[in-house]
Amino acid sequence: MASTACFVIVGRNDCPIYESEVGTAPKKDEATHLHQFILHAALDIVQDVVWTTNGMFLKVVDKYNELLVSVYVTAGHTRLMLLHDSRNEDGIRNFFQEVHELYIKLLLNPLYVPGSRITSPFFDTRVRALARKYL
Amino acid sequence: MPPNSRPGDAVFANVERVNAELFTLTYGAIVRQLLTDFEEVDEVNKQLDTMGYNIGIRLIDDFLAKANITRCSDFRETAETIAKVGFKMFLGVTGSVANWNADGTECSLILDDNPLVDFVELPETCQGLYYCNILCGVIRGALEMVSMRTEVKFVKDILRGDDAYEMRLKLLEQVPEEYPYKDDD
Repeated sequence: MASTACFVIVGRNDCPIYESEVGTAPKKDEATHLHQFILHAALDIVQDVVWTTNGMFLKVVDKYNELLVSVYVTAGHTRLMLLHDSRNEDGIRNFFQEVHELYIKLLLNPLYVPGSRITSPFFDTRVRALARKYL
Repeated sequence: MPPNSRPGDAVFANVERVNAELFTLTYGAIVRQLLTDFEEVDEVNKQLDTMGYNIGIRLIDDFLAKANITRCSDFRETAETIAKVGFKMFLGVTGSVANWNADGTECSLILDDNPLVDFVELPETCQGLYYCNILCGVIRGALEMVSMRTEVKFVKDILRGDDAYEMRLKLLEQVPEEYPYKDDD
């Protein structure tokens, strides 16, 4: 079954620093904008939810029709946000954890400026591979 | 007789060590700062080389004092000593020497593993950067203090997609030792 999924990393200063459509459904231009819009709207909810739990994985925080928004917040308040239509919490949790590890590696790169756009092709490939594996 | 890898290990066991991540990230911070200050990648390469040179001319004394090696009889032995003892002592990895030219004045120092580059990935904007160029400077500086004028430059860099780190080491001239005064003065 074709699934829709959109993955975005939002930096601590609320700038999106990475974005990819990782779903298997055929791409539609207007859908991309809609996805960005939903994720943007979910940021406010994340801000409230993040202080109610000790965990980094906030599970599903928002819904829009059949689309769900799952969020993972790192200690540095970088938000990994996934828009998806499948209900596969364990897969998503694993996906977030592995992407978090990738993100930490990226931060350790002295040539990467924290909070700037992630342009590394290596990071992009790995994220897409993880998405295929877990989502 | 080329020195075997044993002396390098022996020295390595005795020198003081520092956490690898601290080392890597400190070096990273230096390169990062140079990139901010000089903006031009070529300028940064030059600056790293100069910094390395300044390290090298001091480091050679430390090396000779601790490494317990005898005088090298020719340039081949010198190159082997750098790869097997020098790299082991200061970087914790062993290099190899290859690709000699016919007169024995030019060779490649090859490192398969390099602790300076853990975590590093060159972004688009820094494609011309030789991240480890400091090593070239260190070798050049150190050899100059033992009366060998050399030219050292990177020809292969894993960060740029090659299969190893390769530095081309070229002996320009062997400066004869000169005494600053004559006996009969």
